[in-house]
Amino acid sequence: MSSQLIFFILAALSIMSALFVVFSKNPIYSVIWLIVCFFSIAGHYIMLNAQFLAIVHIIVYAGAIMVLMLFTVMLLNLNKATEPHKPMLYKLAAMISGGLMLLVLLASMRSTALGAYASPAYTESGYVQNVGMVLFTEFLLPFEMTSVLFIAAMIGAVVLAKKEVH
Amino acid sequence: MSVLVFKAILVVVLFLVSLGIAAYSTYAERKVAAFLQDRIGPDRAGPFGLLQPIADGVKMFLKEEIIPTLSDKFLFILGPSMFMVTTLMVSAVIPWGMPLEIGGEMFALQVADVNIGILYVLGVVSLGVYGIMIGGWASNNKYALLGAIRASSQMISYELAMGMSVVAILLMTNGSLSINHIVEAQGTGKLYGFINVSGMNWNVFYQPVAFLIFLICAFAEANRTPFDLPESESELIGGFHTEYSSMKLGLYLFGEYINMFISSAIISCLFFGGYNFPGIEYLGTILPHNIVSIISVLVLFGKIFFFIFFFMWVRWTIPRFRYDQLMRLGWQILMPIAIVNVLLTALGITLFGN
Repeated sequence: MSSQLIFFILAALSIMSALFVVFSKNPIYSVIWLIVCFFSIAGHYIMLNAQFLAIVHIIVYAGAIMVLMLFTVMLLNLNKATEPHKPMLYKLAAMISGGLMLLVLLASMRSTALGAYASPAYTESGYVQNVGMVLFTEFLLPFEMTSVLFIAAMIGAVVLAKKEVH
Repeated sequence: MSVLVFKAILVVVLFLVSLGIAAYSTYAERKVAAFLQDRIGPDRAGPFGLLQPIADGVKMFLKEEIIPTLSDKFLFILGPSMFMVTTLMVSAVIPWGMPLEIGGEMFALQVADVNIGILYVLGVVSLGVYGIMIGGWASNNKYALLGAIRASSQMISYELAMGMSVVAILLMTNGSLSINHIVEAQGTGKLYGFINVSGMNWNVFYQPVAFLIFLICAFAEANRTPFDLPESESELIGGFHTEYSSMKLGLYLFGEYINMFISSAIISCLFFGGYNFPGIEYLGTILPHNIVSIISVLVLFGKIFFFIFFFMWVRWTIPRFRYDQLMRLGWQILMPIAIVNVLLTALGITLFGN
């Protein structure tokens, strides 16, 4: 019962913070609400006893990526007064693509059969040892592919950021 | 006594101890500085100036509180509060001593023995940067913003090398991330396989390189000299806390000392056997269990105090780095060494067993 209560609180928090990300006028507040959103999602992982996933989520997203994002927003100094209004074409394009996204999501929601909620039994599959075991046996190929992708992205970033030597 | 009551008491005690140690660290810092510079240091308030932290605290509370007009008020207050909260959160996963026996039941002196222990530490440490960044930005001051940006890039850079040096330790303990397991493993077995002193199988004897990297990164994470560029007073006035006054400034300064205390505790647990000490098994046979537990707590605090002293010693000995030197040290020196160290450790374990 109490775990259901925690779930509802977390769910409400994640939805609310996600909405605030969109509705905040100040981009700094948007970023901070996004961090709150990530935390509530990490809370969901912990509810499923996926401790490793939860903490990695916090380290990678809240700890590193959002710091960089906050960094950029702070340096750009996006204030209401200085921000130019976007052209009509951009607004229209954003509206259409957002609407299409909604359509796809709704369609996929309709076609999935939502089974009854089965409370997950106490499992240790979310522990570090077990996650590592599965990653390096059953899912070795996708795991290695992802790491190749990451290296490609890293090298790309270095190449882009490097100043040309005269 | 139920486990929950015991844990609640432990949390409160830890909170008070952290604050007390942080308060007296300020006194110790000034005394150490005075000693290193051949001065006397604070000696007016109470005997040997022992009441100085209390006087400082009262001063902090009574000073006028200024919130800059053009600052973001909510974030301005949120910054120091978040900084304090994140520094206090780490103490939850540190095993402070051997279990206590109360009424025939064993109570572990650790708030939460989570499966992800050391990752939790790294996660919370990486959140510590928000307090600085938010505070520095909300001040609406160029110096504060520069300090905040320095702090965040520095902390992100050194987190990587820190995590890598911890990986080598994890390899030593069969991949368990629980700090409790790491400490227990250092209390069993023989040092190098033949030196038979109980409670002396410390990781630092196997992983001196990882220890050095972790120590340097801990300095950088705690924004202490030689890496205190975020608040270097000769360039940035006060860095991220330039605009802060009264107790909000106090929270930032306090947080730094709590950071130091917690980093010392983590270093002691990961590399110096935590609460283990030579001869712990022998003492266990001649003294009651609870007495040995209390001695183990005292031993851990002794190690922590040594490292806090070490932090201060370095602060008053080594000058500050330049910013590009700091980045080069983190990315081009510490990071590769840490990776090579992990590879060598893995190779060693594969070749020679544990």
